[in-house]
Amino acid sequence: MKSLVCLKQVPDTETQIKVAADGSGIVTDGIKYVINPYDEFSVEEALRIKEKLKAGDVTIVGIGPDRVVEAIRTALAMGADKGVHVNDNAVNQADPYCIAQTLAGVAKQLEFDIIFCGHRAIDDDLGETGAILAELLQIPQITLVTKLEVAADRKSVTCERDVEGGKEVVESPLPCVVTSQKGLNEPRYASLPGIMKAKKKPVDKKTTADLGISIEPKLKCSSFSMPPERKAGQKFEGMEPADVAKTVAGLLRSEAKVI
Amino acid sequence: MSKVLIYGEIKSGKLKKSAFELASEARRIADAVGGEVGAVLIGADAAAFAADLGKYGVDKVFQVEGAALENYNSEYYAQAMAGLIKDKNAEIVLFSHSMQGKDLAPRTAAKLGTAVIADCVSFRLDGGTLVGKRPMYAGKCFSEWSATGTPQIASARPNVLETVEVPKAGAVEKITVEIDSSRLTYTTKDLNLDTSGKVDLTEAEIIVSGGRGMGGNDYSLLEEMVSILGPTATIGASRAAVDAGWRVHSDQVGQTGKTVTPNLYIACGISGSIQHLAGMGSSKVIVAINKDTEAPIFTKADYGIVGDLFKIVPEFNKELKSLLSE
Ligand SMILES: Cc1cc2nc3c(=O)[nH]c(=O)nc-3n(C[C@H](O)[C@H](O)[C@H](O)COP(=O)(O)OP(=O)(O)OC[C@H]3O[C@@H](n4cnc5c(N)ncnc54)[C@H](O)[C@@H]3O)c2cc1C
Ligand SMILES: Nc1ncnc2c1ncn2[C@@H]1O[C@H](COP(=O)(O)O)[C@@H](O)[C@H]1O
Repeated sequence: MKSLVCLKQVPDTETQIKVAADGSGIVTDGIKYVINPYDEFSVEEALRIKEKLKAGDVTIVGIGPDRVVEAIRTALAMGADKGVHVNDNAVNQADPYCIAQTLAGVAKQLEFDIIFCGHRAIDDDLGETGAILAELLQIPQITLVTKLEVAADRKSVTCERDVEGGKEVVESPLPCVVTSQKGLNEPRYASLPGIMKAKKKPVDKKTTADLGISIEPKLKCSSFSMPPERKAGQKFEGMEPADVAKTVAGLLRSEAKVI
Repeated sequence: MSKVLIYGEIKSGKLKKSAFELASEARRIADAVGGEVGAVLIGADAAAFAADLGKYGVDKVFQVEGAALENYNSEYYAQAMAGLIKDKNAEIVLFSHSMQGKDLAPRTAAKLGTAVIADCVSFRLDGGTLVGKRPMYAGKCFSEWSATGTPQIASARPNVLETVEVPKAGAVEKITVEIDSSRLTYTTKDLNLDTSGKVDLTEAEIIVSGGRGMGGNDYSLLEEMVSILGPTATIGASRAAVDAGWRVHSDQVGQTGKTVTPNLYIACGISGSIQHLAGMGSSKVIVAINKDTEAPIFTKADYGIVGDLFKIVPEFNKELKSLLSE
């Protein structure tokens, strides 16, 4: 099984986001970047498939500026075999259609049985690249996957996926696009030998020209703003449980009007 | 001519409330650009819902039928939607950013050569262009998005847009579509749905959430509160509670869980980490019950109760019960 893992580098979840004074974007100074948490599940799942079948390989595909190499190297240190880094101003900040187009361009130059995306990137929170990629490649999408099993003949997968109020079990022919959801697995950490080995693994550099695609933005994004500042309200301390319960329940009805 | 189309989602034979939210928003948009509002219902007996949709401003309901459309499937439903959007020359299309919407909207958009302005909390028009305001970084900031071409496809976060009654015809038109089943897709083997009628976290009006302070998987105190508060209330959890195995992953609120905007969020034994606050910080009213007066959750709570949740919650439940039975 040959797996492609689409990996986005995003600000660490601890990051306090600040909007630039002119509202054109966020302040990126001092941000620490990590692998999108859902993409870590993807890397782990692809590695487990390879280990279980004792065959195949795992290719990491990342789009973005120079710093993205670190995220790709981290995935290689976890055990992936090789990386493709698309670094091109035309797509480094692109909308999900253009990102999917680029990922599809990379996929078409490689062999693959399965493509993993995160179900959402925790920076833009759009959660649509996987489905668009599947459509562009004209293959099935299985989104929000929490369990995955490759068939013995390696021609199909059975997945459990989140649906509203429950779980759905689906079977899909390969190749397909799977989007990872929390619960799929517990990602491993890169080991020290893994980190050493990763330094020698190949990372191909690509531009959109190398992929033979031309990029036309589909979405525009502007006017960043901060959410309204939330202030601490009333605090009740040192009161008897019965008294404080009565007071707050009363306020929820008379003042907040939410019950 | 239908300028604005909405996709109405049906769950267990019922039209979801989000359809009325989308209808109301679509009406406002259509009135501004001078067009009609159409609602697409796939595989359902639309007649049953047409009058209701009409009440919220829908001119026409398209009841779409086809061989492969009995059960939801992303490829087939997206074919049906994309076909209809083309046929009706829809310029603006709204989906709900529900579990199904997240699966369907981008595949539909991709068939039409575009992407989705996903998970919007409000819309405005700039000339004829739809501008969606949406949270990023799980609500740590907002930005405005628009499409560069037509159709303009967006999805709206459930439970945020207001429903407004503007009576229109709600006439029904039946449309049979041909689905190309040579396009490969998955097949559904099993569907396990919780039949308790429990509302999904992202659509709940009240969330009672428990964190590490719960001390274990016994959430009966919070379950009692939820049952007192009624069918629009449900349970949430912090990642600490989920990682401990006390609650399932789908209960997790936060940057790597669900982003929620209920009218009332009651945080019990949750410290208020940056990742948790990101996911629930836009709740209309926040109550925090925590024994540590320094817990960061208190800086965001409208009503902060310092104390032991095991002493406070039982009393709180008693009060709620008597208040709600009045
Ligand atoms: C990549 C990443 C992603 C993350 N994503 C999320 C996410 O999506 N959602 C999320 O929630 N977290 C997330 N986290 C974890 C987050 O950093 C915190 O660890 C987590 O939110 C803490 O959960 P908690 O508040 O329940 O536990 P704690 O921080 O341990 O707080 C427990 C609180 O309970 C109080 N308490 C204890 N006993 C009682 C009692 N008897 N009565 C009243 N109060 C009591 C304590 O005073 C304390 O304030 C993420 C972390 C990382 C690194
Ligand atoms: N710049 C990128 N490089 C590689 N993969 C990406 C990129 N952007 C998005 N993806 C993939 O698409 C998923 C969903 O992203 P999004 O649609 O932006 O929420 C991510 O989890 C990645 O798997």
